[in-house]
Amino acid sequence: MKKTLFDKIWDSHVVESIPNGPDVLYIDKHLIHEVTSPQAFNDLKERNITVYRPDKIVATADHNTPTLNQHLPIKDLLSRKQLSELTQNCEENNIQLYGLGHPYNGIVHVMAPELGITQPGMTIVCGDSHTSTHGAFGTIAFGIGTSQVAQVFASQCLLVEKPKKMRVNVNGKLKKGVLPKDVILYIISKLGTNSGTGYFCEYAGDVFENMSMEGRMTVCNMSIEMGARGGLIAPDDTTFNYVEGKEFAPKGGEFEKRKAYWKTLKTDDDAVFDKEVSFEAEDIEPMVTYGTNPGMGIKLTGSIPTGAGKSADKALEYMGFVQGESLLDKPVNWIFIGSCTNSRIEDFRVAASYIKGKQKAANVNALIVPGSRQVANQIKAEGLQEIFENAGFTLRQPGCSACLAMNDDKIPAGEYCVSTSNRNFEGRQGQGARTILASPLTAAATAIAGKLVDFTKSLN
Amino acid sequence: MEKFIKLTATAVPLETENIDTDQIIPARFLKATDKAGFGENLFRDWRFTKDENLNLDFSLNNPSYSGPILVAGDNFGCGSSREHAAWALKAYGFKVVVSSYFADIFKGNALNNGLLPVQVSPKFLEMLFDYLNSQPSGEITVDLENQQISIKDSGEAENFEIDPYKKTCMLNGYDDIDFLLSRRDTIKKYEDKQLQI
Repeated sequence: MKKTLFDKIWDSHVVESIPNGPDVLYIDKHLIHEVTSPQAFNDLKERNITVYRPDKIVATADHNTPTLNQHLPIKDLLSRKQLSELTQNCEENNIQLYGLGHPYNGIVHVMAPELGITQPGMTIVCGDSHTSTHGAFGTIAFGIGTSQVAQVFASQCLLVEKPKKMRVNVNGKLKKGVLPKDVILYIISKLGTNSGTGYFCEYAGDVFENMSMEGRMTVCNMSIEMGARGGLIAPDDTTFNYVEGKEFAPKGGEFEKRKAYWKTLKTDDDAVFDKEVSFEAEDIEPMVTYGTNPGMGIKLTGSIPTGAGKSADKALEYMGFVQGESLLDKPVNWIFIGSCTNSRIEDFRVAASYIKGKQKAANVNALIVPGSRQVANQIKAEGLQEIFENAGFTLRQPGCSACLAMNDDKIPAGEYCVSTSNRNFEGRQGQGARTILASPLTAAATAIAGKLVDFTKSLN
Repeated sequence: MEKFIKLTATAVPLETENIDTDQIIPARFLKATDKAGFGENLFRDWRFTKDENLNLDFSLNNPSYSGPILVAGDNFGCGSSREHAAWALKAYGFKVVVSSYFADIFKGNALNNGLLPVQVSPKFLEMLFDYLNSQPSGEITVDLENQQISIKDSGEAENFEIDPYKKTCMLNGYDDIDFLLSRRDTIKKYEDKQLQI
């Protein structure tokens, strides 16, 4: 039978199929962080069982960490306790932790790929819905709840029903100023926030083939925002070149052997999907969201749709927008460039290239937060920090930061923030904060203008 | 895990669609390291006004409504994977959530905590909202054994789907960890085979 990329990886990881029930799926890599793991460790302790395969687990601290003065003890007592529990749990169970201050520390979905922990063909889980990011490498990667974190601790397996399969094709040439973030915001705006529920989504077509690994990660990251458990892209030379030489990637002959296998990881020509949709690259423009879910997106130069119903009215009221209005020229006092969606080196390069030689608007507060220590070092090494500082921005230390505002990085109530993160839910970036999701380029242009502007005209 | 077999009780309607887990339990309350105490912050920013007063427009604060069944708008539980959302609903006293659609991860988390997600047709959901609007103390029966939800007064009923394995778990109060532990030998064999490839 013809198989999809998803089938090939899934089928090779099924330990056992329960009759009339789920599959026992083997997990190659389990990533953990401080927020969704403590209760799972407690669960194990209460049952008096040990972690089965500690060598297949990697831990980082990211959700709750400050982005200033990371060398000092954390002021917030609860945050400090959560991090010290993570350290203790990792020590007790022989789990590798890249904690705060470690050169490998960073947002879980940024540090694991850049260290070569993420490799094609793997199954990867983490107690975090944006685990879908790793699908960019041709992996089955998905977010799980804390009970499931405990299950993987106990057995390195999960009981899961095989999801349905969908494919989204985008072909053609992207317009100037259109980034991977715009592509995925466009797809979600067309398909809706629950179109992917029950599915794993493969992205195919030359738009994705021509994307860098960073871009592919941005796309796969937001699969969950259309409800899909995960997204994935067939691995190719771009993938292999990215993985080769990374700290924990296979080396020498072993790498070549793996690569030969990775090359087989693509959807067979006549394989059938449960659902398939196609878009044209030329139709995509820089995108912004106007509401309180990521599906409520329009092109930057567009206007808010009319007549959408009660829940949409509630969203517009929260955002302070009205039906039919354009977001252009809306004053914006905050921008955030960061999060597991857009905090990789390429994101800062594109923002810096726009910002270079310009000054940020006086009304704008900017949070520029790299995804990892390695990205932070690269920003310095490439001279981008100087560009940001000359333009009036301050670079923070890595972490999830204002994406979910668990630390001190919060957007004040009622304020608009053009954010490169993944969720514009009510209160996501702080109580009462109003989030407009966009690409790093749109965020950079907003910071310079102090309002949303059509920057595409000024691109060379 | 607590068993669930059958329940007849009053319900609380919450008609908003796309309720995400950030609304169910905002991120700033995720700093706890145990499972207790999330109930008091359930729907925190909807239940309370900015100055920390009860928001009387919100249905959970409406004295006419109470009970262990939450009837919610389409696509309930989207967004973050935080299981804290299921813990918060459970701790507040809910045993069942009814909606016309559930996000995957939330659904799994709910089932792993003895909180039954019941997916009904959009038409039946509308019927439930109409019923609760006209009769706030009207009762609903959720029968897991027969996979049926019904309106007590009118007898209107609909069947719902549940994975047979998960149904057995809910009816008996089993959880996945026990099952997986019983499979360690098979898992070990799989691992040994992988090493040889």
